[in-house]
Amino acid sequence: MAQLLLELFSEEIPARMQADAARALERMAREALAEAGLLPEALKTFAGPRRLTLVAEGLPEAQGDRSEERKGPRVGAPDQAMDGFLRSTGLTREQLTERDGVWFAVIERKGRPTAEIVAAMVDKIVRNFPWPKSMISGTSRLRWVRPLKRILCVFDREIVPFDIEGIASGDISEGHRFMGNARPFRARDFDEYREALAGHYVVLDVEERKERILEGARTLCFARNLELVEDQGLLDEVAGLAEWPTPILGDMDPVFLDLPPEVIRTSMRTHQKYFAVRDPASGKLAPHFLVVANLEAVDGGKEIARGNAKVLSARLSDARFFWDEDRKIGLADRLEKLKGVTFHAKLGTMYERVERIEALAREVGPLVGADAELAAKAAKLAKADLGTNMVGEFPELQGLMGGYYARAESLGDDLADAIRDHYRPQGPADALPATPLATAVALADKLDTLTGFFGIEEKPTGSRDPFALRRAALGVIRIILEKKLRLGLIGVLWPATNKALQATSSVAINQGIELETRAYVKAQGSSAAAELLLEAIGDAAAKHMSLEKTEPVVVELREFFADRLKVLLRDQGKRHDLVDAVFALGDDDLVRIVARVEALEAFLASEDGSNLLAGFKRAANILKAEEKKGPLPTGPAVKLPSAPAEEIALIDSLTVVTVRLKLAMPGEDFEAAMGALATLRAPVDAFFDKVLVNSEIKAERDNRLRLLIQVRDAMSAVADFSLVTG
Amino acid sequence: MPAEKPRSFQDLILTLHDYWSRRGCVILQPHDVEVGAGTLHPATVLRALGSKNWWAAYVQPSRRPGDGRYGENPNRLQHYYQYQVILKPNPPDLQDLYLGSLEAIGLDPRLHDIRFVEDDWENPTVGAWGLGWEVWCDGMEVSQYTYMQQVGGLDVFPVAGELTYGLERLAMYIFEVDHFTQLPFNDPQSPNHKTYGEVFLENERQWSQANFHAPDVALLKRQFEDMEAQVSRMLAMTGPQGQQLVLPAYDHVLKASHLFNLMDATGAIAVAERQSYIGRIRDLCKMCAEAYVAADKAEQAKVGA
Repeated sequence: MAQLLLELFSEEIPARMQADAARALERMAREALAEAGLLPEALKTFAGPRRLTLVAEGLPEAQGDRSEERKGPRVGAPDQAMDGFLRSTGLTREQLTERDGVWFAVIERKGRPTAEIVAAMVDKIVRNFPWPKSMISGTSRLRWVRPLKRILCVFDREIVPFDIEGIASGDISEGHRFMGNARPFRARDFDEYREALAGHYVVLDVEERKERILEGARTLCFARNLELVEDQGLLDEVAGLAEWPTPILGDMDPVFLDLPPEVIRTSMRTHQKYFAVRDPASGKLAPHFLVVANLEAVDGGKEIARGNAKVLSARLSDARFFWDEDRKIGLADRLEKLKGVTFHAKLGTMYERVERIEALAREVGPLVGADAELAAKAAKLAKADLGTNMVGEFPELQGLMGGYYARAESLGDDLADAIRDHYRPQGPADALPATPLATAVALADKLDTLTGFFGIEEKPTGSRDPFALRRAALGVIRIILEKKLRLGLIGVLWPATNKALQATSSVAINQGIELETRAYVKAQGSSAAAELLLEAIGDAAAKHMSLEKTEPVVVELREFFADRLKVLLRDQGKRHDLVDAVFALGDDDLVRIVARVEALEAFLASEDGSNLLAGFKRAANILKAEEKKGPLPTGPAVKLPSAPAEEIALIDSLTVVTVRLKLAMPGEDFEAAMGALATLRAPVDAFFDKVLVNSEIKAERDNRLRLLIQVRDAMSAVADFSLVTG
Repeated sequence: MPAEKPRSFQDLILTLHDYWSRRGCVILQPHDVEVGAGTLHPATVLRALGSKNWWAAYVQPSRRPGDGRYGENPNRLQHYYQYQVILKPNPPDLQDLYLGSLEAIGLDPRLHDIRFVEDDWENPTVGAWGLGWEVWCDGMEVSQYTYMQQVGGLDVFPVAGELTYGLERLAMYIFEVDHFTQLPFNDPQSPNHKTYGEVFLENERQWSQANFHAPDVALLKRQFEDMEAQVSRMLAMTGPQGQQLVLPAYDHVLKASHLFNLMDATGAIAVAERQSYIGRIRDLCKMCAEAYVAADKAEQAKVGA
């Protein structure tokens, strides 16, 4: 058993692509080896700034020998056919065997040496590697993420010889660009390789690089009584930017500490890839930063710290400039600027979007406990920060900056919080907007997004969801459920859809009208009256078109919400079929739907529940069969004089259950409703046990069918049990 | 070993000229039409195309009317210098050559943290893109490094390596000054020492005012259309050897592009209109690129025959 070591050495690989590249290399190698019948005992891949590495342990030196039987011509076939077959198999007539009048050849295939298979495998991997973006360089046609420089490929300590577009395989690699002697080295197996890399200042394993960064950073901070502000995304990135990561603590000019901490952190992270540092006592940012260099400099990193501090000062000066300039203009005065910002070609400008959100917030506000006018005001200002310098520079600070600027102009904490939090929740783990006011704006914002894009038929498909509509819908669902908001989905979707559709139609119509107006004005000379007239026609047409289209869009959105809710509930471990069973009732109150699903789940888990489900299915099947023969009898079942005791008992229980359901349902006491249904179990079981539905006497049969219809209907008020499996 | 630090802004340029000249580059002078970046010099946009080898280096004054700050911002100017190197085909050791140039201007890679950070370059007005990096020195972007893949919507093969040094920024770093005006333009020991501010501050003040307040947008629009028309006219004409007049045509694309930058700086161009202008410039550039490549092909065919 032998080891394979492969290294693809290139110029700097983008940090964000490294982890995927390591996975792709592993998958492609495993597939290629398995296809050749070679199963390594272990296989591991590594990715770093300049290299992808693979090590496979315990590979055989060659494939096993294989024998293959091939069917030839029939006995007595013409000589030509026979000769052709012998030629293709390389055998003589004596070596063939005959079975059932047909010649067979058994060809023994010697297993190919593993090295040969590896050579072909590497060629295929390199030429088909799934980089998100790749390039060529110089006069070579070989595509790679950045120029590929060397291939180290050794199997069982021997070089596997091959050449890919002029790059010959070998046993040579390189270490750190600047540290150590910076000369290439040889390695014939993984231990030698790893050791040589360490000696040349390269940490191969990304997890080790991360540990090195965190440990080093924490130690530096601890020594100065500081605390690192940890950031997983940033750690992943910087671990892909340095082969010999070396944390350095630098000083930041404390005058910048009066900037909002999020601004400082974002500037550090996005522009400079620095970690922020805080004072453990106060929890506030400290005037320092932590940079991860790729070098242990000869001066101990003094120059690096100084240079980086200077760059950070310039960056924060820019941020300070934005912060000061932005506060000179009030949010309300920024709205005009949104007229020049296109939200989507078919949905008009950002200003128009804000108008829709404002109107929606006014309607939604009272439903969530917020003042209508205040909600409208908050919504109107919620997007104003998009025109600020700071958000232009750091789009991820949208909302947050609006909150700061609103506070700076003393618009009140409630309003500022609503502006700040209206994008929430931004994902399944993000917090919800806290106050009713923020909730109103958050809902209005998301509803406009959803109805707008559904209105122009930009729905998510498969993995494509460019406008993050699934996230928006999930946000709405989480807000409604976690805040237990009792609002009918249709009731809020309808006006939102109507507004969005008016917007799309008017954009489309106005584009048409504008052309016509131009043509008209050209023909008639300038006529302001003509333009006004055409505009009025446009508005009327938009209203007309939107009303027609509203219903289908609302229906689609309801389906979309149902699907999202199903996904959410399934993730929480709820049964998929129960969600369907409850949704089938056509309810659009999400809180009630979930309460129903939960009660139903508990009920079906009980013995009464599962037995009653069996009874329901039996009743439903009988009714379905009978329905095929002709219309079912109508009206309530009566106590016929000839009825057996079980039939009477079921009629009695149904009477009681119906009353109990009527009492429980309006108060949404689904537990009580399920409890009522549970009392049906014994009489239904007994009925099916002792009573023959299909009686010879028509009156009896009809009465019993009516009874089954009543059972079915009573249960269907709680859920559509026909959709429940098991 | 890294060399001694250059003594001035002009010494920095001379050092880079010397370095790239020794490596076989043609040292060109700036192109005499206003451009927004060194890439737009025909020595890069056109020479990157076609089949011929081409190694060149030059300084290109770059004008970005919208970036004017009246000389007050420490490192933002409406007129500044880029040092541009174009190597077609790029040699396999281009990264080493580039790092050598940093050492030549006194940046010691054992003292400074030099990093290649992903940055995919794209210039929609000339339909060009490439992959490469921003090069960072102690957290500061000192160059743009690109393997050009397409120009004018056409494939670049052999591939051209493009290096762009932002000279003022790089100089501010090397000379440790906080404002561009403080840069030593020539040797501070010289009896006739001048700072960058003494040479160019007044230029920034006047041009910032002119760029933002002087333009007559209607006039600029007409001029743009005139230039646009000239491009097609030039391409329809033939020269003494029967060639299309690609080089004059391309200069008119540059003029159109600069006129657009002037309009854009006034803030008078709406978003959709802006896109449409960029598209029009790209189309003009594409016409020139296609004509250039066609001429190259015809020439190759003649050589082959």
